[in-house]
Amino acid sequence: MKETIEKNTIKYQELLRKYINTQDEKALYDLELISKAFIKKNILPEELINLHIQAMENIYPQLMNEYKISMEFLLEATVFYGLALQEVDYLRQEKNVLTAEISVAANMQKTLLGTQKPERNGVDIGVISVPAHQMNGDYHHFTVGSNGTIGIAIADVIGKGIPAALCMSMIKYAIDSYPEATMSPNKVLENLNRVVERNIDSSMFITMCYAHYLPKESKLKLSSAGHEPGYIYRAETGEFEEISTKGIVLGVMPDAEYREYELDIDKDDLIIFLTDGVSECRDGDRFIETEELLEVIRKYIDLPAQELVDNVYQYFEKLQDFQLRDDFTLIVLRKEV
Amino acid sequence: MNLSVKINEDSNLKVLEVSGEIDAYTAPELKESLMPLIKEGGNQVEVDLEDVQYMDSTGLGVFVSALKASKESGSHFTLRNVQGRVYRIFEITGLSEIIDIKAAIRGGNE
Repeated sequence: MKETIEKNTIKYQELLRKYINTQDEKALYDLELISKAFIKKNILPEELINLHIQAMENIYPQLMNEYKISMEFLLEATVFYGLALQEVDYLRQEKNVLTAEISVAANMQKTLLGTQKPERNGVDIGVISVPAHQMNGDYHHFTVGSNGTIGIAIADVIGKGIPAALCMSMIKYAIDSYPEATMSPNKVLENLNRVVERNIDSSMFITMCYAHYLPKESKLKLSSAGHEPGYIYRAETGEFEEISTKGIVLGVMPDAEYREYELDIDKDDLIIFLTDGVSECRDGDRFIETEELLEVIRKYIDLPAQELVDNVYQYFEKLQDFQLRDDFTLIVLRKEV
Repeated sequence: MNLSVKINEDSNLKVLEVSGEIDAYTAPELKESLMPLIKEGGNQVEVDLEDVQYMDSTGLGVFVSALKASKESGSHFTLRNVQGRVYRIFEITGLSEIIDIKAAIRGGNE
């Protein structure tokens, strides 16, 4: 630090002399280099003023006394800027510590909430889940029952970040305790609702869709707790069909009941589940409408399921003013036989 | 984008005129204005959302809190002039069934 100041004392004086005489912009450019070197070494602004005072006294030994006193006055005024700068530096360090801690938590969350995508003959599943910040407030989970039933849970906790992520762990462990393969989707939601209602803050809630895909019967059974509607792409007609479901979000009504819906799935049909991060994407000030999302899915409909979801996300990511305001999760399941 | 909340009090009918976007950053402000009125008990509170074109789930959270608090305090609250996009999320989440909501007139300010 001291070295940098000493090294630049003469240089500053020469630049100042040059600038006073010629007002040459080149001097300003060189001055910028000095400032940057000072900032890099965390040298406080009052040191720069000090340099200026010394330089002026050397260039003009006959300086007015009033001028000298005024410079001391200025020096006093800058002291507080120096203190503020030191605080910024401290905050920056503290922020780095926090960021590191959150990234540890995010990794832990990945392990805790991890789920394996089922690889079964006859179904092709693709999933992508991207958090808006470090920690993900979306949750998805797959199970495979002994009869081959594939269970799919997709959920979104209100808000994002750490509180949402913590809440998701609760959901995960509650679900883990259920005999999932035998428990119907509406019963899963009714049980979860009681757990959530008792355990979360009054302003929080969770939306969730819980589905069973029965490969032998070619049926989809599902219940929804206020979750963004899913879709089925019907291969025969080439049309998207909204899976309209009703049901209140988890955590609001203690005795909520959920209806179970049943749908027939044909060969090459594609079942689509998503969270509202997908439908709340923005491109600048413009919202991305569900219709647009479906058109993008249609564009990649012939790809294997995982490539399909990856491509859909990349499509939105490439939009010029794209911003992910909320966690983004998209799951697709295609019946192959 | 900012949020502004104006309160018009007329005996026990309180009208909150909200304008702007309700999201994670602005929801606390709405909550601060709304909750005391609900908790006071015996109040009729109307929240006018005519000038709210965007609301995310954090906003819903504020109204869920308000609903729970109103049951305890005996206040009643209504949402009015709820715009299309905002109304849709009340519908999806099933909250439109348990919160007293009046959507904006179709073809109006949508």
